[in-house]
Amino acid sequence: MVTITINGLEVSVEEGMTILEAARFFGFPIPTLCHHEGLSPYGACRLCVVEIGEEPRTKVVSSCTYPAENGLKVRTASERVLRARRMIIELLLASCPQSKIIQDLASAHGVSHQRFRQEYEDCIMCGLCVRMCSEQMVAKAIGFRGRGTNRSIGTPFDVQSDVCRLCGACMYICPACQLRCTFNEPEKAVCNACANFQPPCIEQDRFHDMMCYMDPCVACELAKTP
Amino acid sequence: MNPEHIEKIVQRHRGEQGALFAILEDIQNHCHYLPEDALRKVSQLTGESLVDIFGVATFYKAFSLKPRGNHHVSVCLGTACHVRSAPGLVDEFTQQLGITPGETTGDGEFTLETVNCLGACALGPIVLVDGRYFSNVKRPDVKKIISRAGAGFRESTAERAGSSFPLEVVCPHCRSALLDTQNLIEDHPAISLMASSKGTSGWVRLSSLFGSRCHESEHAFADDTQLSYSCPTCGRILTTATPCIECGFPVGSLAFSGGGSLHICSLWGCRSHRISLNGLGSPGVAHEEIVTRV
Repeated sequence: MVTITINGLEVSVEEGMTILEAARFFGFPIPTLCHHEGLSPYGACRLCVVEIGEEPRTKVVSSCTYPAENGLKVRTASERVLRARRMIIELLLASCPQSKIIQDLASAHGVSHQRFRQEYEDCIMCGLCVRMCSEQMVAKAIGFRGRGTNRSIGTPFDVQSDVCRLCGACMYICPACQLRCTFNEPEKAVCNACANFQPPCIEQDRFHDMMCYMDPCVACELAKTP
Repeated sequence: MNPEHIEKIVQRHRGEQGALFAILEDIQNHCHYLPEDALRKVSQLTGESLVDIFGVATFYKAFSLKPRGNHHVSVCLGTACHVRSAPGLVDEFTQQLGITPGETTGDGEFTLETVNCLGACALGPIVLVDGRYFSNVKRPDVKKIISRAGAGFRESTAERAGSSFPLEVVCPHCRSALLDTQNLIEDHPAISLMASSKGTSGWVRLSSLFGSRCHESEHAFADDTQLSYSCPTCGRILTTATPCIECGFPVGSLAFSGGGSLHICSLWGCRSHRISLNGLGSPGVAHEEIVTRV
C-alpha cells in the first residue's frame, strides 16, 4: 500500500494503481476520453491531467498513466488543471466538433466556444479503436500509420485486413464517429435524455437543425441566466 | 523479391532485439523500397502483426513503400540551405528530371526528394546523391551531378581517390601470393581465388585496385548465390564466420603481406560490397572501409 494525498485527503491505495484509478476510487471525478477500463492506459487525450507535487514546483501529468507513489500530493481540480482541461477541450472541439462525447465534455466544463480554425476531422487519434482491436478483440487489424500530421489509423495498405472479423468494436468505442444526438429522429439517436422531457428550446426557430448536445439539455438556457 | 531471400534475411536476424527494423532495412537495401508482398511475408515469418510492421514502415522516413529509382537524390531544404536558394535547385532538378519531389522517373533511374536538414549547414546548399554529399551546389551544377550519378559513382571512386595501388594479398594459411600476374584486370594483376557453390567450382578474378568493382569468373554465378572461397595454391577455405556489414553473409578473409586482412563478401552480387581492412590495430575495428562491388 502507498499513501497519497488527493485534494488534501490522505488515502492509502494499492501499489501499482494509477492516480486516475485512485482518485475515482475515492470519488474524485476526473474526466477522460481515451481511457477505458478494459484497455491499457494510453495518455493520448490528456484530459485526465492532474497537478502533482507541492508549490512552487508542481507539474501537470496525465493521471491515467501516472502510478501512485508514496507521499504524492495530487490536486485533481486546481485552477491550473481546469485551465489545461478547458484548453484541451477547445482544441478537441476545433478538430472534431461533431462528436457528441466531446460536445458533452465541452458543456460539462463550461467551454461554450473555441477560438481556433475549425476543422472537421474524423479522428482525434485517441487510439481507443487500435487498443480495442488488439487487446480485447485480439485481432490487430487496424493500427497507426505514418507520423506527425500525416498520422492516421487504418488497415495496412488501406485494404481490408485478413484478420478483421468485422466485429465493429472499433466503431463501438470510437468517441468521434458516434452519431450525435438527433432528438427528432429517435431511431438514430444515441442520447435519449432530452427525449424524456420537454426541452425548453423546442419553441425556438430552427429547432430541427439544432444539435442537442448539452448535458443536461437545458444547459443552453442556464447559460443565458445571469 | 523472391520469398527465399526474405526467408534468409529473416533467418539472419532471428532472435535479435529490434530485428524488425533490421529486416526492413535489408529488404529496402535489396529492392530500394518495401514491396507489399515482402511485408506480408515478413509478418508471416516473424509472427509480428502486419499492422505493426506497416506502422514501422510508414513511421520512418528511411523506408519507402513506393518503388524508388536506382539513384536517390535528396535536396536539403533546411533553413541554411533554403536561404542559399536551395528551392531553386529543387526547381532545376524538377526540370532536368521531369519529376517533382517524392516522384521517380519513368525509367526507374532517379528518385527526387527533399529533406529538412542534412546537418552540414555551413556547406549549403547541400545535395545528397546515393550517399554522396555535394556542397555549395549551384543551379548549373545540377546537370553535372545528374550525369555523374547516372554513370555511377563507383568507377569514379577509384580514380578520384588515386587509390590505384594494387592490394598485395596473400593466403592467410599458406602465405602464398594471391595476385595473378598472368591475368591483368585494369592493368594490374588480378586477385585470383577459387569459388564454389553447390558443386560448381571455378576461378574468380577480382580487380586488385582499391575500390574497383571489376571482376571475371569462370562460371556465371547467379546473383544472391553464396560462394565458398578457397586458396588456389593450398586449397584451404578462406570463408570465415565474420558477417558482411552490408548483407550479413560470411566474408572471405585474405591477408596482407604486411599485416591486416581484407574482407570480401561471399554473396555474389551483394550490393555495395564492402572490403574492410581489419586487424591492424585492435581486432574487429575497421580502420578503413571501401565500398566496392565484386
